[in-house]
Amino acid sequence: MRYMMLIYETPDDFRARSNDRNHPMIAAWRAYYKAMVDAGIYVSGAPLEAPATGATVRVNAGKRQVQDGPYADTKEQLGGQIILELPSLDAALDWAARCPTASTGAIEVRAVSDEVRAMVEGTDG
Amino acid sequence: MDDDPRRVVEHVARDSYGRLVAYLSARTHDVAAAEDALADAFVAALRTWPRDGLPNNPEAWLFTAARRRLIDQARHERTRADAAQTIRLLVRQEDDVSDSVFPDERLKLLFVCAHPEIDAAVHTPLMLQVVLGLDAATIGSAFLTSPAAMGQRLSRAKARIREADVAFEIPDRQELPARLDAVLDAIYAAYGSGWDDLAGADPRRRGLAQEAIWLARMVLQLLPDEPEARGLLALMLYCEARRVARRAAGGDYVPMSEQDTSLWDAPMIDEAESMLHAAAAAQRVGRFQLEAALQSAHIEGARHGRTDWQGIAALYEGLVRTAPTIGALVGRAAALGEARGPVTGLAELDAIDPQIVKTYQPFWAVRAHLLAEAGRSREAADAFDRAIGLTEDGATRQFLLRRRQQTERADLNRH
Repeated sequence: MRYMMLIYETPDDFRARSNDRNHPMIAAWRAYYKAMVDAGIYVSGAPLEAPATGATVRVNAGKRQVQDGPYADTKEQLGGQIILELPSLDAALDWAARCPTASTGAIEVRAVSDEVRAMVEGTDG
Repeated sequence: MDDDPRRVVEHVARDSYGRLVAYLSARTHDVAAAEDALADAFVAALRTWPRDGLPNNPEAWLFTAARRRLIDQARHERTRADAAQTIRLLVRQEDDVSDSVFPDERLKLLFVCAHPEIDAAVHTPLMLQVVLGLDAATIGSAFLTSPAAMGQRLSRAKARIREADVAFEIPDRQELPARLDAVLDAIYAAYGSGWDDLAGADPRRRGLAQEAIWLARMVLQLLPDEPEARGLLALMLYCEARRVARRAAGGDYVPMSEQDTSLWDAPMIDEAESMLHAAAAAQRVGRFQLEAALQSAHIEGARHGRTDWQGIAALYEGLVRTAPTIGALVGRAAALGEARGPVTGLAELDAIDPQIVKTYQPFWAVRAHLLAEAGRSREAADAFDRAIGLTEDGATRQFLLRRRQQTERADLNRH
């Protein structure tokens, strides 16, 4: 079963991001990544740039609407996602608790819907 | 006693929940129904006590209200074949509950929760809910399970109690050890899930550690001749006595050898010591007595600045023989590493099946420490990474990151 961890960061988390590869936060993330790979459960992951650097698009009655920044105006913002291959939600929660951002922000865990994916991709036979 | 009805209700809920559920479900074996009825009684108390004044015996009032509710419910469920039987059972119960403490009823309930017919993984959550009245969200958090899933597991376990007619009695003498072990294991698991949260950053979890100590006292009160029950209580008291010292002012994790011993709760340590001595007098050594003796040895060592690692390794040896858990194997390796040098410790670690330690954080933390001691800093850095990546607690992560950095610096100085 595939689970996605949606990593929500606080404004402080985003500010604390650093280009220094020896920064404790980067070191913690590098260690966390290594632990997932060594456990053989890591599928993919994508850290995101800060929310203010993006934009949100809607098409309303054929009219495009573009807005600067993220979709939802909340304190904690999506900072990245990781997909893991694991047997259960409990096992995924175990790994979410080890995520460095779990101590400052929050990690939402959800199963990837294989059913919907199979229909969309046309592999549902 | 306090006069604020709301606080009295809270107090009774905290103190008497388990025994009231035990008493209400003793005849019917229907824990879920007893809890529902008790919840209704609490609601009624919150409504009527502020208006009519406090009853003389709040606990008895709640018991009577809940039982009446149960009888009403049974009468309404005419379709249920056993309704008449349930009513008979309930009505037969003695009316007077005024001053009795029903310790036996609560103990029975603990043993029911640890019944072999019930999945061992649910023993602890079931005790926390049924005997202590904690909600599924709190229990789910302690065991890192979603509250919905935990709620389902608890309902299934309760249905099992009803259907299998799981005996509401203290088991026979010959059955006792197996059941007692399960009860003690569950209490320790409850304590552990409170303890993992280092300095009690989460007040609910800290409460869980205290509840576990309370449960152990209750078991001991009723089975004073069981050395392992005494050993468990000693173990938890030793740990509890050092709780405050585990974090520095800024929240940083402080390892035992660097803790300020003046922050330790000395009377609590004394109680643990005498508890452990009394247990040892029975001359039946077991896991909890050994673990308590380990705590005692570490505390002695920290107090006198000199730890008897050889003695600690011998205690781990005893644990490995009782039950070769990963924790005991890693502990023995760590102690031997201190007593006879890192090379011996690393050889012990290498002998453990790599499959079972893949995601076991303490293995990697000990390995990193021993490699650093042995001057193998490259490998140490890798092992520190594994330990850091498997750590949940933020303060422990910071501690390991600092240790990793120190190792790298020492390596640079050497070259």
